[in-house]
Amino acid sequence: MSSKTSAKDLVLDPIFNNNPIALQILGICSALAVTTKLSTSLTMSFAVIAVTACSSAAVSLIKDRIPSSIRIIVQMTIIASFVILVDQVLKAYAFQLSKELSVFVGLIITNCIVMGRAEGFAMKNSVSDSFFDGIGNGLGYSIILMVVGFFRELFGSGTLFGFTVFAKQSAGGWYEPNGLMLLSPSAFFIIGIFIWVLRTWKPEQVEEA
Amino acid sequence: MTDLIELFLRSAFVDNLALAYFLGMCTFLAVSKNVKTAIGLGIAVIVVQAITVPVNQLILNLFLKEGSFFLPKYNLEFLSLICFIGVIAAMVQILEMTLDKFFPSLYNTLGIFLPLITVNCAILGGTLFMQQRDYAFVESVVFGVGGGFGWALAIIGLAGIREKLKYSDIPHGLRGLGITFIIVGLMALGFQAFLGI
Repeated sequence: MSSKTSAKDLVLDPIFNNNPIALQILGICSALAVTTKLSTSLTMSFAVIAVTACSSAAVSLIKDRIPSSIRIIVQMTIIASFVILVDQVLKAYAFQLSKELSVFVGLIITNCIVMGRAEGFAMKNSVSDSFFDGIGNGLGYSIILMVVGFFRELFGSGTLFGFTVFAKQSAGGWYEPNGLMLLSPSAFFIIGIFIWVLRTWKPEQVEEA
Repeated sequence: MTDLIELFLRSAFVDNLALAYFLGMCTFLAVSKNVKTAIGLGIAVIVVQAITVPVNQLILNLFLKEGSFFLPKYNLEFLSLICFIGVIAAMVQILEMTLDKFFPSLYNTLGIFLPLITVNCAILGGTLFMQQRDYAFVESVVFGVGGGFGWALAIIGLAGIREKLKYSDIPHGLRGLGITFIIVGLMALGFQAFLGI
């Protein structure tokens, strides 16, 4: 990457070229458990984009005043504060969704993407760059969440955002839902296949194992 | 007593933190390249989990909850996240110093993994599940050890498989991360079978 990058590159680059999940193996932890439905994946995506962008900007704002020996703790505190904010907002305005997300909103704190961007990018770059970089990485994370959520909800329950797409047999239709899609293994398979497709499309991302 | 044994088995196998809840995936995938380091990390997770979950349980019930022992008038549960992560970071630091002083050989084996554990979601996840399911003190100890044990088991298993994988012929685009995900999926399927116990 050249030294002078535009905001557009900062936002778009992490989506396919340098995807935080598919290439950097970051932040898979909290991602997969919320993808049984598209509505929860979408909420989680917004939460992560907001936290990543805001915490990166905040860390970048005070980067010159943080002593390097305690920087991890400072970053942690900043991130935790934003996550508490998101958590409280969700509890206040979307209680049902926040119940379904259960502990995973809290787990954004330990989401390596947020931490990784704060440590790896925000400590060295300007406030606005860090903000856009946070949004871009949040989007890269979201796109995987949405893809996984799409397939799991479509094939697992025959619906998208709760609307019936495939009429289920139990409701007089033709589709027999695949229960496996709602269990954890399917999420791993879908991500594995997503990475496969992405790397066949962009062969330079293949690692020599 | 049987309740506790059941809880241990549940938290270690059926509700496996790594394979059923996807916790600690980053380290899980990054550090599972050989069995020896996987064992070291696994032990570190068990130890930290066994300490932090009960400690956070005490903090939650003595200070933060409404009607708690020391501050009964206030409901400070919104502060719980920041307290938990503080406790985890502090515990890891203390553990690191203690090991360095008294068990230098163990410290050298675990060395680099200890600080990594602070940002391991399995640890914070264990604590948050404890809060959500409202475990009593003894239950939280059992849950901590069981959850850590299950995680360690999963990472050691995966490391074993990945060591063998070096000799197999994998489609080009699937090499590395892709195939690892699919293996983890298959392992998760295997662990689902424990549901019958």
